[in-house]
Amino acid sequence: MKNLLQVIVRFHFTILFLIIELVCFLLIVNNNNYHKTVFLNSNNAISGGIYNKVNSFSDYVRLTKINDKLSNENTLLHNLLSENYKLSADSFFFYQDTLFKQQYVYRSAKVINNSINKQRNYITLNKGRNQGIQTEMGVVTNNGVIGIVKSVSDNYSTVLSLLNSRLKISAKIKKNNHHGSFYWDGKDYRKARLIEIPSHVDIKIGDTITTSSFSSVFPEGILLGTADEVLPSSGGNFREIIVLLSNDFNQISYVDVIGDLLKDERLELENEVEK
Amino acid sequence: MNFIVKNIIRFIILILLQVTIFNNIQLSGFINPYLYVLFILLLPFNTPPWLLLVFSFFMGLSIDVFSNTIGIHASACVFMGFLRPYILNYISVRDNYECNIEQGLYVYGFSWFFKYALILILAHHSFLFIVEVFSFNNFGDTLIRIILSSIFTLILVITSQFIISKK
Repeated sequence: MKNLLQVIVRFHFTILFLIIELVCFLLIVNNNNYHKTVFLNSNNAISGGIYNKVNSFSDYVRLTKINDKLSNENTLLHNLLSENYKLSADSFFFYQDTLFKQQYVYRSAKVINNSINKQRNYITLNKGRNQGIQTEMGVVTNNGVIGIVKSVSDNYSTVLSLLNSRLKISAKIKKNNHHGSFYWDGKDYRKARLIEIPSHVDIKIGDTITTSSFSSVFPEGILLGTADEVLPSSGGNFREIIVLLSNDFNQISYVDVIGDLLKDERLELENEVEK
Repeated sequence: MNFIVKNIIRFIILILLQVTIFNNIQLSGFINPYLYVLFILLLPFNTPPWLLLVFSFFMGLSIDVFSNTIGIHASACVFMGFLRPYILNYISVRDNYECNIEQGLYVYGFSWFFKYALILILAHHSFLFIVEVFSFNNFGDTLIRIILSSIFTLILVITSQFIISKK
């Protein structure tokens, strides 16, 4: 104690200097915003660096534990592999944007049953009500339209294939927007017909046929096929066009089901006008 | 008693000068003269060191209060006050410093005062500007500011000594 006092007395000048400087810096840091931020930032940099070092060391020490955990997790994940289970999770998400309101939601599904050789062909998908599929949703692949969902159960749904003579959808010629009805005549599974095209409309073989905006099921502009043959008008004002389908219905395996989020609103409005 | 009164008057006058005139001089952003350090330069030789620190602190703090930079000038002044005894030892004259004599320009000659003032002003300004910037980025700019301002302050200090001694 006596020694300490001696030291203090002997170096009182330096000690006092240091104390006053310390007070000064406390004042600086507390009273000047700029210095405060610089001080705090560098402080964070220092403590952050130290924490990093400590962390990397403790990580190293815990490696055994982590390895155990990882291997357990691997086993668990192996058990969860999709081959072992019927895929039921949805692979879509809603895209929230304030500028663009999302209208169409795509849900992927697998075709588990399909036919092309009947007059009324149906497709069965491995997703149903529980996965968000509803009736009258459009079904497409990236090659074009497949059909429309006709009925759904909890985990499955049946699709009215485009190759079904009961299905008629609104279509248009892409280059000049002339609308017509599109249906399958039940003959060749690769060809369908586009009817009600006025005879003056310019159409050539190879022109693209897409869905029109009249449909409440499909977005506008989804590929249906290309004009393969233009039949001369048989006395009337309309022509028929044989369309080569863009999809090979014999080969489809994965499809996208299109949900129209604004469909109810549209139908409600249209029904109101009809009343 | 006379010394004390004289120093208090000097204290007040220097603060007023600094706050009203010299704080407003900013030539090209690099030259900020700080004449108030004259107060610390001219404190009596026999001022006890601890009192020197306290005076320096209050001098700097007063300037801080007026220029809204709490602590910056105070820390620089305390640093300067801390160095003063060592500088006095370092450039001591042959005889010991006489008690109670204020060191003016002509007590120990111009070159002695010049050296004394130069070192302390340089120390003060270095400390001040570095603390003000609070980083070593763009140290070149800070260095230019230190040197130019020190020269300007030194000129002011020496000029003021000439003016006072002629009266």
